[in-house]
Amino acid sequence: MTLVKSTLGRRAFIRNTGLAGGGLVLGFSFFNSCKPKVAEAVGMELEMPKEWFEINGYLKIGDNGVVTIMSPNPEIGQNVRTSMPMIVADELEIDWKNVVVEQAPLNTNLYSWQVAGGSRSISSSWQNLRMAGATARQMLKEAAAKAWQVPASEITAIAGVLSHEASGKTAGYGDMASTAAQLEVPEQVELKEITDFSIIGTTRKNVDGKKIVTGKPLFGLDVQREGMLIAGLVHPPAFGKRLKSFNADAAMGMPGIKEVFSLKLYEDDFDKMAFHFTAFNEVLVVVGESTWQVFQAKKAIEVDWEDAPDVTQKMSLFGNQMEVKHPAGMENSEGHMSKLKELIARNAKVARKDGNPEKAFKNAAKIVERSYSCPFLAHNTMEPMNFFAHVTEDHAELLGPTQTPEWMEPAVAERLGLPLEKVDIQMTRQGGGFGRRLYGHFMVEVAAISQRMKAPVKLVYTREDDMTQGIYRPAYYATYRAALDAENNLIGFHVRAGGIPESPLFANRFPAGAIDNYLAEDFTVDTNITTGAFRAPRSNFIAGAEQSFLDELAEEMGKDPIDFRLELLKRAEENPVGNPESNDYDASRYAGVLELIREKTNWGQNQEGIHRGVSAYFCHQSYVAQVLDIVMEGDKPVVEKVTAAIDCGIVVNPGAAANLSEGGAVDGIGHAMYSGLTFKDGSAEQTNFDRYRLIRHAEAPKAIETHFVKNDIDPTGMGEPPFPPIMGALANALYKATGRRYYHQPFITDRPPLVG
Amino acid sequence: MHPKGYFSTFKQTRKTMATFNLKINGKTQTVDVDGATPMLWVLRDHLQMVGTKFGCGIAQCGACTVHLGDNAVRSCQLPVSAVGEQEITTIEGLSEHGDHPVQKAWLEVDVPQCGYCQAGQIMTASALLKHNPNPTDDEIANAMHGNICRCGTYTRIKKAVKLAAENNS
Repeated sequence: MTLVKSTLGRRAFIRNTGLAGGGLVLGFSFFNSCKPKVAEAVGMELEMPKEWFEINGYLKIGDNGVVTIMSPNPEIGQNVRTSMPMIVADELEIDWKNVVVEQAPLNTNLYSWQVAGGSRSISSSWQNLRMAGATARQMLKEAAAKAWQVPASEITAIAGVLSHEASGKTAGYGDMASTAAQLEVPEQVELKEITDFSIIGTTRKNVDGKKIVTGKPLFGLDVQREGMLIAGLVHPPAFGKRLKSFNADAAMGMPGIKEVFSLKLYEDDFDKMAFHFTAFNEVLVVVGESTWQVFQAKKAIEVDWEDAPDVTQKMSLFGNQMEVKHPAGMENSEGHMSKLKELIARNAKVARKDGNPEKAFKNAAKIVERSYSCPFLAHNTMEPMNFFAHVTEDHAELLGPTQTPEWMEPAVAERLGLPLEKVDIQMTRQGGGFGRRLYGHFMVEVAAISQRMKAPVKLVYTREDDMTQGIYRPAYYATYRAALDAENNLIGFHVRAGGIPESPLFANRFPAGAIDNYLAEDFTVDTNITTGAFRAPRSNFIAGAEQSFLDELAEEMGKDPIDFRLELLKRAEENPVGNPESNDYDASRYAGVLELIREKTNWGQNQEGIHRGVSAYFCHQSYVAQVLDIVMEGDKPVVEKVTAAIDCGIVVNPGAAANLSEGGAVDGIGHAMYSGLTFKDGSAEQTNFDRYRLIRHAEAPKAIETHFVKNDIDPTGMGEPPFPPIMGALANALYKATGRRYYHQPFITDRPPLVG
Repeated sequence: MHPKGYFSTFKQTRKTMATFNLKINGKTQTVDVDGATPMLWVLRDHLQMVGTKFGCGIAQCGACTVHLGDNAVRSCQLPVSAVGEQEITTIEGLSEHGDHPVQKAWLEVDVPQCGYCQAGQIMTASALLKHNPNPTDDEIANAMHGNICRCGTYTRIKKAVKLAAENNS
């Protein structure tokens, strides 16, 4: 039995009731405010109760036993809108069929970490969600105890029914909800045993599935309101340019156009958080009646742009102050690559050093050295950036897709000159995130536009706006070196990695701790092209580079690639190099996924015509090993199958977790193989999907199979971890299939020589 | 530079506006728009049918797929003036109760991640099955090639298309 201290205070409930508009409105309707009589729970319709009773900020119970569970976090496709309520429902002991899920608004009093980032939704809320369900279960028992005049400890709660065996009394949750809602919150509550979970660990389908396949309004772009105007932006055509002047006479004469103006987003002295920043602080705004009219009018504005000077942005990230330098000038991809090559050849900043790597390399019988690179990437969420705002004199309502409502709220309030409590932010379902919607400048933009127009406004980016606006995955470069002695033992390891504008290095990750003489260095290059977090930041390149190098090294040493990794992990587990605390992974769990993938793929039993590559990586608290099988169709490599072995602790929703594993593999293959954003004179050369290549149906693996390690460890994330390692597995399988080692992404444009 | 911006002070020209009677999901809908307006925006902005999605605006991603007659077309490149008498079917009209075999298969396989592209995927898949009730894997991949899924649900999409074909045969 696990007892946890309840931290749900009564005060918080009252606040929530006020904020959620009485707590009685089920879901929000984009088109009007009428309350639905029925709601869809997991694809079926449920009769709505006459009255709801709010038990705590996470759930309310209807008089007919139907339960509404709030999903606090942004839903970007990682399926938290299903899996977070599952955790509450399991502890509450309610039949999943009787659950309706509602997206919670931003409420920092009630919820913590309302962020879709770092694969942390489940892990950071695991205890709170369990506690919310368990607290409600306890209060329902106490309500029944009061009604029946029996001790609460004698009452059982199973699937929404309260029973007292000795007296034979039973009641549904709905019967006791009104009493339960009046009770004091217990100081401590009992959590279920892991072995007693009945919803957690079972596959539950996407709660929005029916709405998605029938085209119901769900996303930010679907928001419509009475009197709503549409806004579009025009930003400088190149990084390094800024607005000089414009003439909007022609645009203003076009049908439906209300206003054209320039908008400065932040004052120069605004104390920015890293997630507030934007590539272009001054943009042109077109406001009109309909989206198409606004898109057309944008093209009709005559604009003069001028060169921007050097800019240094001061910003904070979780309490750390930093300065980001954006040098003046128009940058080119060729210039980027030559700068990276120039710096990789020099000594860089030492991030970690164990033993005496210089000596090891000096004494080496053989040195293996390989370099890897990747280009900038645009996130390209399928739903372009957009947001809705309705700002009045003393209130701001914002609604739309954001990964960071909590972090953006202060920037919106500051820009509008409103106190924080006058800004309400709600989240729609989001057409992808991948890190792009961590940076919510579009929320500040639409709020400022709505304030100026004194009307509800939806801001809509075109695909071109979205792709050319910045906040890209940085371009990276890494060189790996290994020192081998005369007996082919690994005696030294050196990684030097840099990027524009950040280094992808994780100095304390594997194989740090497994090699006596180890050196990790990093360097950075300033740029005026804005970059940001992209699904599994930094890992999304360095994993593939490292895992390709280890594969090549294993071959050089005459070892099986899985055996080689396991030997290193054994060393890291039994006798780690350096301070064991500084090694940023658990060697036994790391080895665990490699052992599982070896078993599940019958690794080592070669099949005619199947070329395999393996890779394993740890990031965002989860461990993933993948094997990728290629068959050659003529001279074309085809990914036949991907098999994944994953340790993310307790798997809340196995079917949905498998979906993320599949998506991560497809996404990783796609970006490593096909995608890249290049620059000429400061402008992105790819502005839409005609030139920016994303993986498509026929290029995806024909089959993907996922296996989870079974353990009782608290769950960790699934959004990011399956994405980085597959790039290594792809490169390693391509080598087996083609005899060429691929080093430079996207591989489709790499022209490596035949090896050996 | 005009620091205070432009304000619309004159009567807007409406000479390109026209009235169109459109057959959408079995009903006639009347809209008064510029004839060059793509069907995508007629559906989304003028008829409040937002199931058809905006993804790229240049017919490269497939998010805006609808049926024109029996064929899957990209509504972002279909001017309203070109529709004429042809019947348009959108995701909202694919079935009355969301029980078209393709929709059912999508739910059975639990395809979506973010879900944004799925209406377009379903419209392309249902048009494919209309013309070819039992497609091979290659035929599915080719037919679906114009529909991007950024979350990477392609293997599930293929599975769902096959399931729909099986259930329908």
